[in-house]
Amino acid sequence: MAAAARLVLRTASGAKVLRAGLGWLGAPIRVPHAAAHFTFHPDPVPTRHGPTQKMNLFQSITSALDNTLSSDPTAVIFGEDVAFGGVFRCTVGLRDKYGKDRVFNTPLCEQGIVGFGIGVAVAGATAIAEIQFADYIFPAFDQIVNEAAKYRYRSGNMFDCGNLTIRAPWGCVGHGSLYHSQSPEAFFAHCPGIKVVIPRSPVQAKGLLLSCIADKNPCIFFEPKILYRAAVEQVPTEPYLIPLSQAEVLQEGSDVTLVAWGTQVHVMKEVAAMAQEKLGVSCEVIDLQTILPWDTETVCKSVVKTGRLLISHEAPVTGGFAAEISSTVQEECFLNLEAPIARVCGYDTPFPHIFEPFYIPDKWKCFDAVKRMINY
Amino acid sequence: MRKMLTIISNVLRASTKKNGAQAVSEGARVVVSSRSYADFTPQASFDIKGCDLHRLEEGPAQQAVLTREEGLQYYRTLQMMRRMELKADQLYKQKIIRGFCHLYDGQEACAVGIEAGINPTDHLITAYRAHGYTLTRGGTVREIMAELTGRRGGIAKGKGGSMHMYTKNFYGGNGIVGAQVPLGAGVALACKYQGRNELCVTLYGDGAANQGQIFETYNMASLWKLPCIFICENNKYGMGTSVERAAASTDYYKRGDFIPGLRVDGMDVLCVREATKFAADHCRAGKGPILMELQTYRYHGHSMSDPGVSYRTREEIQEVRSKSDPISMLKERMLSNNMTNVEELKEIDVEVRKEIEDAAQFATTDPEPPLEELCNHLFSNDQPLEVRGTHPWTKLKSVS
Repeated sequence: MAAAARLVLRTASGAKVLRAGLGWLGAPIRVPHAAAHFTFHPDPVPTRHGPTQKMNLFQSITSALDNTLSSDPTAVIFGEDVAFGGVFRCTVGLRDKYGKDRVFNTPLCEQGIVGFGIGVAVAGATAIAEIQFADYIFPAFDQIVNEAAKYRYRSGNMFDCGNLTIRAPWGCVGHGSLYHSQSPEAFFAHCPGIKVVIPRSPVQAKGLLLSCIADKNPCIFFEPKILYRAAVEQVPTEPYLIPLSQAEVLQEGSDVTLVAWGTQVHVMKEVAAMAQEKLGVSCEVIDLQTILPWDTETVCKSVVKTGRLLISHEAPVTGGFAAEISSTVQEECFLNLEAPIARVCGYDTPFPHIFEPFYIPDKWKCFDAVKRMINY
Repeated sequence: MRKMLTIISNVLRASTKKNGAQAVSEGARVVVSSRSYADFTPQASFDIKGCDLHRLEEGPAQQAVLTREEGLQYYRTLQMMRRMELKADQLYKQKIIRGFCHLYDGQEACAVGIEAGINPTDHLITAYRAHGYTLTRGGTVREIMAELTGRRGGIAKGKGGSMHMYTKNFYGGNGIVGAQVPLGAGVALACKYQGRNELCVTLYGDGAANQGQIFETYNMASLWKLPCIFICENNKYGMGTSVERAAASTDYYKRGDFIPGLRVDGMDVLCVREATKFAADHCRAGKGPILMELQTYRYHGHSMSDPGVSYRTREEIQEVRSKSDPISMLKERMLSNNMTNVEELKEIDVEVRKEIEDAAQFATTDPEPPLEELCNHLFSNDQPLEVRGTHPWTKLKSVS
């Protein structure tokens, strides 16, 4: 009885319904299943970069890495389990194509992987290191912050590890709980000398990853793991670059600016649609893309136009990157603000196991924030 | 014995044809009363495999004495662990357990053997394949299963899940590979400092053996002569990577270098128990840390998302199951030495199965923790603490 009641609740809240076979009276059985909190919005097919192919996020990453290995003879890819294709299939087929001296496994040692990667990069080869989950990047934190970020500065430009790119799956996935769901971009945003990039879709991922690899600074590229299979788009097969440190305005609007990155961008698109439909409010949606160094100009220009700003991310609100954006915007656009800047983020708790649906900043919480800002 | 049973069963069969149910029950009563537990051997001595030694003059005894009570207790725990893991597999496939689930079946002899070699007042810490240790360290199957399903009756109030289970003197249950090893050394330091003759058993796997912090810990433990038993559970695969492809030296018992080590057959409960006793004596005598490599095997893949057959053959798994299964080994030993009989073991099996079913039922029907629990126990605070949430208009309370 309680189980049935729970079923009714879940479906009433707009949960995605899975057909688990036919049940009583031939009606499809609705399996109580935590629904995804977003709907992926693909971008229009790009026309400027040549022929395209249908790819999901992990395939677009493989395509980017394939392009890199073929055009750059010094490029090497390494990390835990990358040889057979990686736990998220991002490196499938690369070892067979390019050889085991270019695509190889490391033992289980994140600090070792990044430290080793810095060495490879300093010596002149293009190093693409994979950390299996962003949650495991912390043993490597010292190497990234104290070594990679400061190499050029401390050597007076004599040495640098710009050839280093670190990739890691990032963000909530529905069932990851404490150690497979974290979004650690805020920890790295506090470190001058590295770049932090987060794509929202396959087309963006390939272009941004190629830009990170080409960039002459060490870059950390976080890949939203929940989008690996869920996000499918037509992606150009040839290499192309999407510039770093340039935020993209996905949708123009006049009343509220919504800023997000990664998976949360898709939540924001839905919020914008809801706001237009239910409140008649026109929202401008911005994908920040590069967290560090971030595009202050685009965001501030937008806020000058709209007067209201909502920033949203899955990471805990205290000290999250929204705090940095909020602080800068109030410095630059103080007199333009119509309402306090809203941050709709995760709670200040570890990423929970059973409470995930309550923890994440879903579209309802964001919509609520938009409503309050409009009525301020 | 078998002949007698055949004679009796023939008599029963013959009598049922004539008189029906009445004769069967009388016949059955005859069967039961003719077997009394006084007929069983109270204890027996078994030859066990010797251990490879590193920096040790002599190793654990190569003969182990097993009493009937011990044997039955080990059997019950091994079977309980096995059934519990298989039940968890079932519940996971039904999506009642979600998240990550790393099963321990095949490795039961390690947990049971270690517990038999230490005292309940000693301490233990391990990595994420922790369900077995939670059971041996005092957790009940109910609490464990309810934690897997994330309910309020769970051992960590439903907030930890599969990888974060704790009991008194059992420090979990740790998700980050290798991170538990320095913690274990710290617990050992506390044991030494408090002078209660306790020690800490610190477990990690063959994959974790390549983490830097393990070596930092070896150094500290050896320098300060901490009563720490380092145990490497070598199940031959670090997720999907075989030990040959991950480690420059697969002699994990020697990797402690200046720390003495032993390599033990981890599929034999008695081997593990004797080795643990030997190691515990070493630590309690104040000689410092010691390293044990338990050679064991897991039947399931790394976790429930891993079928476990893409990096090893089904034949290999079958071979281990048929030749070295810990439960079969113990069963055979006890039966061939007349320490028990098939019926008694079957009774235990039935009881175990019932307990698991009850636990699964509880785990499925117990309610989830209330939403207030989301923020509780963040810090230790006298007054409830305000926790900032998804927007500035609502704040949640954290109580500790």
